[in-house]
Amino acid sequence: MEARQEAWRIYRESLPILAVSLAGGIFAGSVLGSEGMTDGFERFPGLLLLLPAFLATRGNVYGAMGARISSGLHQGMIDPSFSWDRRLVNAVVASFINGIGISVFIAVLSWGILHLLGRESARLVELVGIMLVSGVLTSVTLIFGLLALVFASYEYGLDPDNLIGPIVTTLGDIFGVVFLFVAITVVGGIF
Amino acid sequence: MAATDPEDSLDSWSIRTIVATMFPILIALSILEMGSGYVLEELEETYLANPTLLVLVPVMIGMGGNLGAILSSRLSTRLHLGLLEFDPRDEVLWTNVIAIMGLAITIFSALGLIAWVVGQTIAAPMALADLMLISVVSGMLLAAIATVLSIAATYISYTQGLDPDDTTIPVVTNVCDILGVVVLSVVAIVVLN
Repeated sequence: MEARQEAWRIYRESLPILAVSLAGGIFAGSVLGSEGMTDGFERFPGLLLLLPAFLATRGNVYGAMGARISSGLHQGMIDPSFSWDRRLVNAVVASFINGIGISVFIAVLSWGILHLLGRESARLVELVGIMLVSGVLTSVTLIFGLLALVFASYEYGLDPDNLIGPIVTTLGDIFGVVFLFVAITVVGGIF
Repeated sequence: MAATDPEDSLDSWSIRTIVATMFPILIALSILEMGSGYVLEELEETYLANPTLLVLVPVMIGMGGNLGAILSSRLSTRLHLGLLEFDPRDEVLWTNVIAIMGLAITIFSALGLIAWVVGQTIAAPMALADLMLISVVSGMLLAAIATVLSIAATYISYTQGLDPDDTTIPVVTNVCDILGVVVLSVVAIVVLN
């Protein structure tokens, strides 16, 4: 039957990219389930509350930047290389502002919600510190990693549009959680 | 767009424009995501007592959106080409839905199994049957939600004269992001009690 073959073809074409995303997600999950991380969740109440927002905003900030760079390349507005091009610099700076700004906003929001509900919360400075450290580290890694991958795939004649979504979610999961772990350790050491 | 005026074409690439467009959307999404975070925080004891459940969290947050994005982009391309009709008997529609469900059952079975292996090494182990049940049931529920959302969002943008490419994927991925943790938590509570 033709429909059956067609369904099988869609399955085979989509499975590899989903498998990569699954591997990234399981790696991130293993860091989340590790003892250091669960200790951090207990020590800093509010981290579990902000976790989904922290993970989900990565995809939106850097996915939007990737889509913009990719359209810019297709339209010949920017060159596929690291340079002091006005448009490229603006897109990178704006992504830093969006990525780091939203991380700090999430920390303040979670702290506010827990206080409004009269629940136990870590101190504002601790939550903001953790989000700031992990926000800065993920921004630097994702922005430059994504640019390198988009430029390389464009040079190789691949359409970056097909790659950005899965690349961003996978890198976002992995680095987001690893740098959250780093940030909890750093802030835990200071306070 | 023939962007001949350099100032004009730079304008949409100014830092101010990019931040002013994106930041309100990010704020709205973060507020919605707090609903999902609230469920995690409420069930803190369950998650911290069974850290293997935390292994499932990133995949549950992301995978529904991935499946929805694949389905939405396929549906909107078929729609542009005039190959798709919004009829419950439409063969193209069912072929795509069956492929998505097949992908979901494969991915979420693998997730349950691998999470069990990870749990044996890094976290307090959980029963394999419980984990498989939690992973597959919540995964299939998410896949069903992603499918209904993708079809509904593509249909609505089509009837409203919007290009589904610009509207469906962000809506579907973000709604699935938010519902992932909620569905996982409800299923986990039911299975574990």
